[in-house]
Amino acid sequence: MGALIDQARQLLQGLVDSDLVEITVLSLAVSGLATAISLLIGVPLGTLMALARFRSRGLVLSVVNTGMALPPVVAGLFIAFMLWRSGPFGDFQLIYTPLAMVLAEVIIAAPVIVGLTYAALGQLDPRMRLQLLGLGASRWQTIWWLWREARLPLLAALMAGFGSVISEVGAATMVGGNILHQTRVLTTAIVLDVSRGEFGQAVALAGVLLTLAFLVNGVLTWAQLRGPHR
Amino acid sequence: MTGHLGESGAPGVDETRRTLVEVRDLLVVRGDRPVLAIDHLAVAERETLSVVGPNGAGKSTLLLALASLVRPSRGRLVFKGSLVEPSHELSYRRNLGLVLADPLLLDASVFANVAAGLRFRGVPRSEVRARVADWLERLGVGHLANRPARHISSGEAQRVSLARALVLDPELLLLDEPFASVDAATRARLLDDLEALLRQSHLACVIVTHDLDEAVRLGDRMAVVVDGRLRQCDTPERVLSAPFDEDVAAFVGAETRLPGRVVSAHEGIALVDVGHCRIEAVSAVQPGRAVLCCLRPEDVTLWSMDGRGSGPGDVAWRLSGSPGTSAASAPPRFVSSARNQLPGRVSRMVSQGSLMRVSIDCGIPLVASITRASAADMELEEGEQVVATFKASAVHLIPRTG
Repeated sequence: MGALIDQARQLLQGLVDSDLVEITVLSLAVSGLATAISLLIGVPLGTLMALARFRSRGLVLSVVNTGMALPPVVAGLFIAFMLWRSGPFGDFQLIYTPLAMVLAEVIIAAPVIVGLTYAALGQLDPRMRLQLLGLGASRWQTIWWLWREARLPLLAALMAGFGSVISEVGAATMVGGNILHQTRVLTTAIVLDVSRGEFGQAVALAGVLLTLAFLVNGVLTWAQLRGPHR
Repeated sequence: MTGHLGESGAPGVDETRRTLVEVRDLLVVRGDRPVLAIDHLAVAERETLSVVGPNGAGKSTLLLALASLVRPSRGRLVFKGSLVEPSHELSYRRNLGLVLADPLLLDASVFANVAAGLRFRGVPRSEVRARVADWLERLGVGHLANRPARHISSGEAQRVSLARALVLDPELLLLDEPFASVDAATRARLLDDLEALLRQSHLACVIVTHDLDEAVRLGDRMAVVVDGRLRQCDTPERVLSAPFDEDVAAFVGAETRLPGRVVSAHEGIALVDVGHCRIEAVSAVQPGRAVLCCLRPEDVTLWSMDGRGSGPGDVAWRLSGSPGTSAASAPPRFVSSARNQLPGRVSRMVSQGSLMRVSIDCGIPLVASITRASAADMELEEGEQVVATFKASAVHLIPRTG
């Protein structure tokens, strides 16, 4: 065990000089961008579902709930199929690029954020909306204040969305291809190392991944704890 | 009483006051069920209209409709003579102040809560600060300004909610059961303060409540809503003394409601046969009509057989016979201005705070409300023989079909 850790440390030292920084930065960039796009799509959609009354609400909710449980490889398969050289969007030559990974991860994270946004607003007293309108809030002011009321569960939605993509490996491999200096991220690198039997390197990368996840969630949790619920 | 709704221009309310807001031909449907159907209801400038009715009658829906916060199946909302179009809802709502049963404070400081409506309107910061501070002070919660709204008591929260509406200087204040969530003592103080505020200010107010005392105390007029319909809208005095139909009578506390038929009418006094006896009532109902005789318990005076009574002591009452002689056989006849005198037996006594609710079996069931002190003074007990008296003017006749 001690030897393993020692080996990991040595490799980490080596990686810092070489590829580790690059892989980590790419991991953060892909996950961060995917989460940001998912927020832009997911929060308005979840809000619409929570506040608007429409006929096919039940159907939309079922689709979103299915999406929340969507196996990442299915999302990967879908994007791979779409971006494959002979596929519908093959001409854009996006397969095995970071952008392809972002697209696949948006498909994974967006339903999570839609679903949790819907739940976050759904747990507010429905009369709060009437009260805000009754105080003269415009539609946008009302939505803004409802988000503000639900800020803690919305933060949880953000954490869940980011968590689902930073830890994702199946889709990232499928549409990214785990190409060094191009699409290799922490998770895909770990899978590769383990398959080669290079456990020391895998442990080092896993350490970095865990640290990243801890730091990001730590910041968000700190924001949550600062909330007026305390 | 004009119109089939029992709505009438209110005596005592300045007739020259202009209508501020009115709903016409309103129908609100929830699911397939109509929950509210109102032909016409108007609120005048500077008027306080209390809306009462049993739970689930549609009162709150009416209030939300007045705030343009429910989507009615049909109906028009008219503010100062012009129709409130869906595209103008926001500017219409900015004339209102809305207070709901639960304070529904935002998860922010007390100050931020009261400031919210002003910020929606883009009022400059310095003005917001001054106005919020002023209203927090006027409602006695100035010291809470920087506290998180979640950490104040329910009574304080309701004051903050009131301040949040009043700081907007609304033309129409809409209150939905504003005192439902606070304890009795807090409620009494809040009610005092609200009454004073309404009296000082020039705003119109609609207050929904299931509490009749609140409604009578605050309202210039009182609207009674039962089963989603406006049954009567008139001054509280008129609604209490002359309920329009049996549901209204029941709601406003006319506990004795006896079906009968008018047998004769003479000089404005109708004689009604209610089965075991006859009751005189001040009424213009014609002989032969089926009626419901309504009587409020506080209008019934009880007398024990030795002449001690629950009524005011300064009225000259005496037995027509000598006390004690006729108690068992023929009931004594009182010389009194009350035209109705019914002998009977106390069947039930229920304590209601400082009052006693006494049920008397006079062949017909009667209910009287007397003070606990008089009951003690009369040594009133269940099973005891008494005489119930009430004035012909205390009996209100509601014509019925059949």
